[in-house]
Amino acid sequence: MEWVLLVNLLASGVRSGTAILFASIGEIFAERSGVLNLGVEGMMLMGAMTAFGVAHNTGNPWLGLLAAAGVGTVLALLHAFVTVTLRADQVVSGLALTFVGSGLSAVLGAPLVEIRQAPRLPTYPIPLLADLPVLGPILFNHNVIVYLGFLLIPAAWFYIYRTRPGLELRAVGEYPAAADVQGINVFALRYAYVMVGGFLAGVGGAALSLAITPLWIEGMTSGQGWIAVGLVIFARWNPVQAAVGSYLFGAIRRLPLDLQTLPLFLRNPAWGYFLNMLPYLFTVIVLVIGSREAMRRRAGAPAALGLPYVREERGA
Amino acid sequence: MSAVATPRATKSERWRIERAPTQPLWLTILSPVILVALALIVGAGLLSLTGSDPWLVYRRMAQLAFGSAYGWSDTTVKATPLILAGLGVSIAFRMRLWNIGAEGQLFLGAFMATGVALHWLPRDTPQPLMLLAMAAAGFVGGALWGLIPGLLKAKLNVNEIITTLMLNYVAIQWNNFFVYGPWSERGFGLSPQFPRNAWLPRLTDFAADFPFLRGLTAHFGILIAVALAVVLWVVWRSTRWGFEVSVVGDNPRAARYAGINLTRNIILVMALSGGLAGLAGMSEVSGVVHRLQERFSPGYGFTAIIVAWLAKLNPLAIILVSYLFAGLLVGGDAIQPAGIAQLLQGVILFVVVSGDMILRYRVRRV
Repeated sequence: MEWVLLVNLLASGVRSGTAILFASIGEIFAERSGVLNLGVEGMMLMGAMTAFGVAHNTGNPWLGLLAAAGVGTVLALLHAFVTVTLRADQVVSGLALTFVGSGLSAVLGAPLVEIRQAPRLPTYPIPLLADLPVLGPILFNHNVIVYLGFLLIPAAWFYIYRTRPGLELRAVGEYPAAADVQGINVFALRYAYVMVGGFLAGVGGAALSLAITPLWIEGMTSGQGWIAVGLVIFARWNPVQAAVGSYLFGAIRRLPLDLQTLPLFLRNPAWGYFLNMLPYLFTVIVLVIGSREAMRRRAGAPAALGLPYVREERGA
Repeated sequence: MSAVATPRATKSERWRIERAPTQPLWLTILSPVILVALALIVGAGLLSLTGSDPWLVYRRMAQLAFGSAYGWSDTTVKATPLILAGLGVSIAFRMRLWNIGAEGQLFLGAFMATGVALHWLPRDTPQPLMLLAMAAAGFVGGALWGLIPGLLKAKLNVNEIITTLMLNYVAIQWNNFFVYGPWSERGFGLSPQFPRNAWLPRLTDFAADFPFLRGLTAHFGILIAVALAVVLWVVWRSTRWGFEVSVVGDNPRAARYAGINLTRNIILVMALSGGLAGLAGMSEVSGVVHRLQERFSPGYGFTAIIVAWLAKLNPLAIILVSYLFAGLLVGGDAIQPAGIAQLLQGVILFVVVSGDMILRYRVRRV
């Protein structure tokens, strides 16, 4: 009996962690290039709203997914322009992006709140593998977007650590002046990877509104974009660790729903609000762990994270 | 792409864009005005995109917020928490600590003030004593909520942006627990109303002597907020500690060499920053809502961040900018679709952060 509960929890963790997964891997790309983008929450919200609206109006969820990715990319382009070209403060620009994304998605999405049903991305049990005990339901009986997430993890890892462009990406984030000397176009790469981050955040938003909780409500991400940013630090800018963290968070987000049926919480329903705190408290704890590790191993953020690159000035 | 990314094209070296060494005074004073105007134009574009007539929306908003005594009173009501929370975040920002947690600190302040008003002090406590105790409790509540990320930052170098933000969500759930649980009035998301001696005096309370004040809900909190802004202005200008904080913000390494205690200052600044936001929460429950309830703040703590930034962390400018944004909120409340106020806030912040950089550069012939 407990086994069934645990398997269900892990399965729903993998499902609902997928949105955070896309967003945090996207943010890893942006931050690896040296640009902090705190606009993830706003980009996810715009992605979720766009995906739902387009899927509803065209009847095609795949078009919705594509549109969400596009919207995320465009918003990220704005952030790149403000921070890379104008060299404005990355923190403030990112915050502004979150405000704009939340506000714009609320305004444009207002008519969509009434709609209960839009075409969803299909769920597809993988033949044979889905019948495996335990692993089958946890990993192989999911929405297509979840499988796309599975593919993204090793692909991102391989790209960052094992390819030439990945090396250039890391160089730009660690020591842009040296990368510049090598003939790497620091500005172009930063633009590109910030946009990759926006693309993936948009997809993460679409995963929410087309698969995980298939509808549109104002502010439906409820902080998942911020959790994704926090996870990047915990994961020490490594996509594989980010994936572990994302799925764990997915499970913790689901936990309140499962625990609410315990007699203790049925008797005192208000105690459920403490359960709702769990994902956020957990983010804080995870950050503390991540920061301790970073201090101990002296392996922290990309060295040039948050610093605009200016050619004529000295230093990274 | 690269042409966009590199503002100084290296091929034609005749014109250069470079950082101007000094900014003329007229530009410093005028730039917020230019930038807000620019933001309103961009906002107008977005508004017409959503199908509303921007000119009508703006005129309606301005009229509601500043067109009458009632409008001014309502705007003052909303400016009060913005000034207090804005001053709060500005303290942290001055040291380059990104306290994004004013919203949660505000909720904790309101929670503590409510505890005093309804449970921890006798109901017949004299009004001045009651209000003083509520203000102190509100400050402490917010300060504690700012202290947690402060300690984590100072001792373990944990990123304060994320921790302050996460604690917002925790604070809101904490508040929900009490308004739906132990402090709830019949299970609705609100506490019982405070006794009258826990209310901050409002203009309308003096209507017996001055009939023209009837219906004006602006309350005593605005005086506290303005007074604190002046105090902070003096602190930044002419105290040693005020100077220390800006040194740490500008160059932490130099500050360390100068013998400034970073750890202590980080903790102190985060606690003070949270404390002022907590005071905003107290002023809101005691002056406006007169009870604790679910979602009593329409994101004052977040708007305060934009306010502080737009005011360039100058306490007196924070008063002015708070009034502008309060007007935006008063006007935004009354127009559809909801979310326009938030959208405009974001646009203003964007235009300001990028415009500020543009104005700081000049084009020069080489």
